Amino acid sequence: MRRPGPDSPQHGGLRARLAVERPGFRLDVALEVAAGEVVALLGPNGAGKTTALRALAGLTPLTGGSIELDGRALHTLPAERRPVGVVFQDYLLFPHLSALDNVAFGPRCQGASRAEARRAAAELLERVGLAGHASARPRRLSGGQAQRVALARALAVRPRLLLLDEPLAALDAHTRLEIRSGLRRHLADFDGATVLVTHDPLDAMVLADRLIVIEDGAVVQQGTAAEVARRPRTRYVARLVGLNLYRGAADGPEVTVEGVVFSVTERLHGPVFVAFSPAAVALYRSRPDGSPRNLWRARIDGIERYGDNIRVHLDGPITASADVTPAAVADLGLSAGQEIWAAVKATETHAYPA
Amino acid sequence: MRAHPGPRLRYGARRTGRAVTGRPPWMLLVPALAGTAFLVLPLAGLLVRAPWSTLPERLAQPQVLQALRLSLVTATVATGVCLLLGVPLAWLLARTSFPGRRLLRALITVPLVLPPVVGGVALLLVLGRRGLLGSWLESAFGVTLPFTTAGVVVAEAFVAMPFLVISVEGALRAADPRFEEAAATLGASRWTVFRRVTLPLIAPGVAAGAVLCWARALGEFGATITFAGNFPGTTQTMPLAVYLALETDPEAAVVLSLVLLAVSVLILAGLRERWVSRV
Amino acid sequence: MTLKSLSRRAACVASAAAALVLTAACGSAGAGPAEPQAGARTLTVFAAASLTGTFTELGRAFEAAHPDITVRFNFGSSATLAQQIVQGAPADVFAAASPATMKTVTDASLAGPPVTFARNRLQIAVPAGNPAGIDALEDLADAEVKVALCAAQVPCGAAAARALEAAGVEVTPVTLEQDVKATLTKVVLGEVDAALVYVTDVRASGGEVEGIDFPEAARAVNDYPIAVLSTAPAGQAAQRFVDAVRSAQGRDVLARAGFEVPGP
Repeated sequence: MRRPGPDSPQHGGLRARLAVERPGFRLDVALEVAAGEVVALLGPNGAGKTTALRALAGLTPLTGGSIELDGRALHTLPAERRPVGVVFQDYLLFPHLSALDNVAFGPRCQGASRAEARRAAAELLERVGLAGHASARPRRLSGGQAQRVALARALAVRPRLLLLDEPLAALDAHTRLEIRSGLRRHLADFDGATVLVTHDPLDAMVLADRLIVIEDGAVVQQGTAAEVARRPRTRYVARLVGLNLYRGAADGPEVTVEGVVFSVTERLHGPVFVAFSPAAVALYRSRPDGSPRNLWRARIDGIERYGDNIRVHLDGPITASADVTPAAVADLGLSAGQEIWAAVKATETHAYPA
Repeated sequence: MRAHPGPRLRYGARRTGRAVTGRPPWMLLVPALAGTAFLVLPLAGLLVRAPWSTLPERLAQPQVLQALRLSLVTATVATGVCLLLGVPLAWLLARTSFPGRRLLRALITVPLVLPPVVGGVALLLVLGRRGLLGSWLESAFGVTLPFTTAGVVVAEAFVAMPFLVISVEGALRAADPRFEEAAATLGASRWTVFRRVTLPLIAPGVAAGAVLCWARALGEFGATITFAGNFPGTTQTMPLAVYLALETDPEAAVVLSLVLLAVSVLILAGLRERWVSRV
Repeated sequence: MTLKSLSRRAACVASAAAALVLTAACGSAGAGPAEPQAGARTLTVFAAASLTGTFTELGRAFEAAHPDITVRFNFGSSATLAQQIVQGAPADVFAAASPATMKTVTDASLAGPPVTFARNRLQIAVPAGNPAGIDALEDLADAEVKVALCAAQVPCGAAAARALEAAGVEVTPVTLEQDVKATLTKVVLGEVDAALVYVTDVRASGGEVEGIDFPEAARAVNDYPIAVLSTAPAGQAAQRFVDAVRSAQGRDVLARAGFEVPGP
């Protein structure tokens, strides 16, 4: 995307294997983030994203693995000695300090004089567009302003690794849009490695060069946003990108999933994924004529509004979502519990090796 | 790791004065009023019985001012000692874990439970002239604590410190430790974290603890008279003067009590005013 | 516990208390002076703290002799006890450590004529072994010697002041204790080199302190008056207790404790 980080170790960046084991929970993920690259850790709640971030920051001890940043071992250092900047989910700005002193806190701890630290802090606040709020206490700041102060504070320690934990989650939808583009710009200016934790696919796609999807403490998929969106490998990812996803067995142009046979455009053999968009699903009250392929009997599990359309949740041999127009719902007289026929066009399906 | 994003800080949200949910329920109001009466009526009793006509003349007596000054000085110094020793102790209890921590916490409350006179005897057994530490203090440094103003401070600090430790520990437990983590990621050592983040965050709790501690020290009687003795000018604080006045001249005791009350209420109200306007 | 059950409980306690008051009232109304009282009666004795040992012993003997009477003691500083009686405390007998405190009660017309039943004399108390080498009252004037006295407001302090004045000795004590027991504690713990306390206190310490007699003590003897209170709920039993204190057996108990006992 922007500045593809070269992979060679002399150019630095983060190389880590994080293992954290606790009763009932185990995280074991490998991460590589080049200097200048932004990687998003994406995953459902409880997947271990925040634990991974805390382990990188030194706030949660590793039970195994190692962390190397710019060729130096990081995991042997306590949190306060790591060249790492963290933006916490709810920012954790010190309530008793002004915005300026919050940002100056890091440089002061690193040995700068009060005047130097404040000068550096003022510059950073200026850069995030908050020069006018330097003397404000955190509780006088709006959510978006607090987020930018938190970013400035994390950058003030001149980190080589920037960690952001759900940086936009605490914001309302409108502020989010504005802050997201600002954050994207600041991340582009940052020359160290950046790891961003989020459960919002949009944040991940806009802000990150690469996504790493974590489920149950392990990496399930990684790649660019386009790659991940096009070829989801878990139900969770498929739902994130809005696709119906199935695992089946391919035999040439046909893929069988739970007894339902799909015609696909690809020629594959063995275990594969089949994905298609809910908009590609058509619903019928009675069995349509023609090919029995790509057709199955389903029961309506639920109906909800989805943007301008209606999303129909289907149960049956396979569970699926179908997006139809409100007019179609009225014409077909759809209601929950009803048995109907569902079909998808072969050209709208996408199969790839599992 | 937290399964759900924790309660979020609301930036920009101002604290509102009170909830607008109508009248307080009787079940709370009646006991609250009874409680107020219970606490305030004895004070009214003192006011009614006060010999108002001879009041100015009694107050002008040098012993009264002497005892009052000694009380204020010793209670304040004792509070300082408690802060110096008690805040780190509270931090240890709240932020670290070590074997015997629960036992230590229980031991710290001992002065609360111990009758103060017994506390005074216990102090004598340790810091007295023949005490475990006291004999060494005397032979090595020529320092004796009993019957000195320093002894009064020791007795008051002994009795008052638990109040400080308990409130500060409570404040520490209530404070969000993630602020301390945030400070650590900014390069702050544990000491810097404590000084520049933890302490300011728990300042209201420390202040409340210090007020309790000061008030307890000001009213201290049993441990003081047992450990430090009673001699006007050096160890006779207001409560001791009140107690002895009660033996022969109850009216004088009432006057002395009123003086102690008035001064402490004035000081506490004054301090509160300052904190409230500062926050 | 719910608030409701709490209030019910409170109501029970209140009605029980009311019932007690009622029975007590009926009991005293029904009992004529000539009739022997049926059932046990309680006699409440307010006594100076220095009488704790002797009066406890006397009380036990009295109960043995009068099975229908239970003796209840309230020991404390004579001045405090006098205040309590003036404020309406339900006592039958008052035994004070000084005529002055008894006077508070008689002045309020709350007691019959008091009689002196014991005398107490001061001694110099020193820690076991007498580390400061005290042997006379003059030694207490030495600036090196740490002395504890009772505060002038309490009887032992007043007596000490009289004795020192009689001897012409000026002492600068390190502390003026609130009562004689506290003064003695300072000697027992070795915090002071000497103190002026009563013979009875030295004797009661069981060898932990040594007592040294001094001639001027004779000038500061403390009289212990006893009186039946005019409001005495237990009436005749109160007088019988006073008689028991002044009986040969009572005098013997007091003398063993170190009191001087005046002739009958």
